[in-house]
Amino acid sequence: MTYRNRELANLVVVGILTALGFASVYIARQDIVSTASLSYAGFFFALYLAAHLVARLTVPYADPYLLPMAALLTAIGLTEIYRLNPTDAFRQGLWIVVALCAFALTLFLLKHDYRRLESYKYLFGLSAIALLVLPALPVLGTSVNGARLWVHVGSLQFQPGELAKVFLIVFLAGYLREKREVLAQGRLKDFGPLLLIWGGAMLVLIETNDLGSALLYFGIFLAMLYVATGRFLYVGLGVGLFLAGAFAVYHYVEHVRERITIWLHPWTDHAVYCAINGKLLPRQDCASYQLVKSLYSVSHGSWFGTGLGKGTFRTTGGGELIPYLNTDFIYSALAQELGLVGVAALLLVYMLFVSRGFKIAMLADDGFSKLLAIGLTFAFALQTFIIVGGILRLIPLTGITLPFISYGGSSVVANFVLLAGLLLVSNRANAERE
Amino acid sequence: MNRQIARLGLVGVALVAALIVATTYWQTWASAGLADRQDNEIQRVAQFSIKRGLIRASDGTILASNRIKKVGGQKLYLRRYPQGGLFSHVVGYSTQSRSRAGLESSMNDYLTGANRNLDTVLKTTLDRIRGATITGNDLWLTMRPGPQRLAMRELAGKCGSVVALDPRTGKVLVMASRPTYDPNLVEKDFNRINNIRATCRPAAPLLNRATDGLYTPGSTFKVVTASAALDSGRFTPQSRFFDPGYCIEYGKQVRNAGNPEAPETFGSVDLITGLEHSINSVFCNIGKAIGAGKILGYAKRYGFYEDPPLETPANERSPSGLYKNGELFRPSDPRTQVDPGRLAFGQERMLATPLQMAMVAAGVGNKGVVMEPFVVDRITNPNGGVVTRTKPRKLRRAVSRQTAQELTQMMEGAVQSGTGTAAQIPGVPVAGKTGTAETGIPGRYTSWFISFAPANAPRVAVAVVLQDQTGFGGQVAAPIAKDVMQAILAGKANP
Repeated sequence: MTYRNRELANLVVVGILTALGFASVYIARQDIVSTASLSYAGFFFALYLAAHLVARLTVPYADPYLLPMAALLTAIGLTEIYRLNPTDAFRQGLWIVVALCAFALTLFLLKHDYRRLESYKYLFGLSAIALLVLPALPVLGTSVNGARLWVHVGSLQFQPGELAKVFLIVFLAGYLREKREVLAQGRLKDFGPLLLIWGGAMLVLIETNDLGSALLYFGIFLAMLYVATGRFLYVGLGVGLFLAGAFAVYHYVEHVRERITIWLHPWTDHAVYCAINGKLLPRQDCASYQLVKSLYSVSHGSWFGTGLGKGTFRTTGGGELIPYLNTDFIYSALAQELGLVGVAALLLVYMLFVSRGFKIAMLADDGFSKLLAIGLTFAFALQTFIIVGGILRLIPLTGITLPFISYGGSSVVANFVLLAGLLLVSNRANAERE
Repeated sequence: MNRQIARLGLVGVALVAALIVATTYWQTWASAGLADRQDNEIQRVAQFSIKRGLIRASDGTILASNRIKKVGGQKLYLRRYPQGGLFSHVVGYSTQSRSRAGLESSMNDYLTGANRNLDTVLKTTLDRIRGATITGNDLWLTMRPGPQRLAMRELAGKCGSVVALDPRTGKVLVMASRPTYDPNLVEKDFNRINNIRATCRPAAPLLNRATDGLYTPGSTFKVVTASAALDSGRFTPQSRFFDPGYCIEYGKQVRNAGNPEAPETFGSVDLITGLEHSINSVFCNIGKAIGAGKILGYAKRYGFYEDPPLETPANERSPSGLYKNGELFRPSDPRTQVDPGRLAFGQERMLATPLQMAMVAAGVGNKGVVMEPFVVDRITNPNGGVVTRTKPRKLRRAVSRQTAQELTQMMEGAVQSGTGTAAQIPGVPVAGKTGTAETGIPGRYTSWFISFAPANAPRVAVAVVLQDQTGFGGQVAAPIAKDVMQAILAGKANP
């Protein structure tokens, strides 16, 4: 079977799963959703067939598992968003269309040779910073939950940081490919532009209070630097710098200090000062409210979960039990409804996606392709870890999106561009071996 | 570069693997602990997505059912109590804001299908995997709605309690407590429950007076003292006493209670007359003769000093016994720490629950054997199959068969020609004992009556207590006991 036929077969399986997922939500909640909900599954399948055809035309030799896995993840996300709020699901559906357009555009533009991107690396680096600065601008930017991440154009909301991530990876791949030998020797002046771009990004992030992304970018930077130079010393230095920076930030930034306290002691037996309303309350009723409620949701899922559409997210009066369920906390909604069996399978899909990505990097035969593939893949893995690990109290909680699943247009678009990048690298490597 | 990529790949995979491990921790290991936390609203709300089992009286009357409420497209099963305040102290309530009480709390596992019986575990696991609504098991109580309704009606406007047991099995037939509350209001309008008016203070409408109300037993406790006197062989029903109208203890006179139906001074009497007419001096002398330790020992054989065994939550039941500063008092040396004379007629610091005094009456009636009271007759699964059925269990033998017989005769005498004549039922021999305990306020009594019938082969044993009465037990409590016994005896022998 050819690569693309295998991909088609996988997509058919995903299509069936999607139909089942929507059907089960529909059956569990038939009183408020119409039968039209099943057309979501049909629409969804048609959309991915189109994406598949684009892949046939542009990247015939690319890895046949990545697109079906991305389809599966977006389908799970869309189903859960639909279950939580049908209006949001409609918008998310539109965003998936936009994302697939971006996906097709990327493939068509770069199908001959994506490696020419390398020559525009500084442009990518600067655009990344420009994108990151956008929300901090007075007219365009908006602040959500104390973090300035959003850009408003008319009624359209966009989080440019998500795309900046991909751009930054392109820049790093190009720069590190060019300078890897000298960098490995440790010539200080070659680190200049690298540190400049990276430092700029970090500054902007701290300024906009987006700590999750700062952690993500830092991780990507270290990972790519390690792969390019092969020197553990840099990783050690980087981690050391990070810890020192974290320590300083902990002492000087109230917002960060609170995050750490919440992480270490989400529950208190006694009342503590609550900054939100100025009262004395146990911490679980105040600062760590979100984390604790989300953990209750996860643990309520137990082995098999409550079943799609049957989870408890509202009080008997109809109020919300868990905040930001659609976006930051979608994993805790899924964990409750799918149970350990379901979300472990979901995480295995993420794991498979990551291992396919690394395999692509191994097979690629030039430095730029390798670095680009590991950058994109590791970004995907680390982003998943930061948000889910935050929800599960492995690390302090920071609000970033779960790739392909969370509600949010920019995130979906960026992740499909990321997917297109991986397919391009994979296509080239496989084509040469054929 | 491939070596570095392989290493980094391991890191990437390990990151996701760590998420699987952490999820497993929260969803299995930590799950039970989080579910028990007070602030876990999900857990409380989620309970309502379970179709809770029904609670029914012995004849099938529904005491607790469900009403469906849609919240965000999800079906929630909220509780409804069709009988209002009639059974509320036993049944309790299950709400979101105030959690649970009564059988709704203690039998929650059965009602939500979380019990560990194999049949239920299989069914709920299948339901969970299928995504079907989990349905709990139904409770069938031993309580009889007719007599219960009657008892509640007779208690109306008063503070008090009626408990009726089947002495042969320990089945709770009636468990009434006033003032009561409507469990349907707990969620909606708790203030209306809290601000209830009553003749007693505190009104405490949520208190199950039958199992958690502690009252001075007064002369009803003489049955326990007489048990000790006869069973130990120190006295016989024919033992003679001289009653000067008082008994001398620690050099002071302890006077008989002023009983308008009987003379203050009886002169030379036997024990039978002593119990029939509830003569304090007779029992005071018995107490001095056999000692407080012996009396307390017999009280324990009837169930004093232990939580009365019943399926309701442990914090809604209190042990009977001596109390000191609000705590159960276990004297290490009863001879010096307890006044035996006053203990013998149920004063001192003795406090008893109506359930406990019903157990005393039932034990005497059941030839000296006290049965463990129970209120849940059987539990059935949604298809009607029996999950468990309560088998009557012996608590212990309190007194010998002969002592029980002698006590029965003496208690029959009290109803035929003594203080308890108001409890007579035409054609049915009734054995009973009155009690009129001092409350510390002159002219205010805690009025009691305990009894069983038919005296020769009892099918019902009753304890009635009324707080803050001006009338004696024989006047105010005995008629209620009579009506309840009559209602139970008139019903089917064993529904």
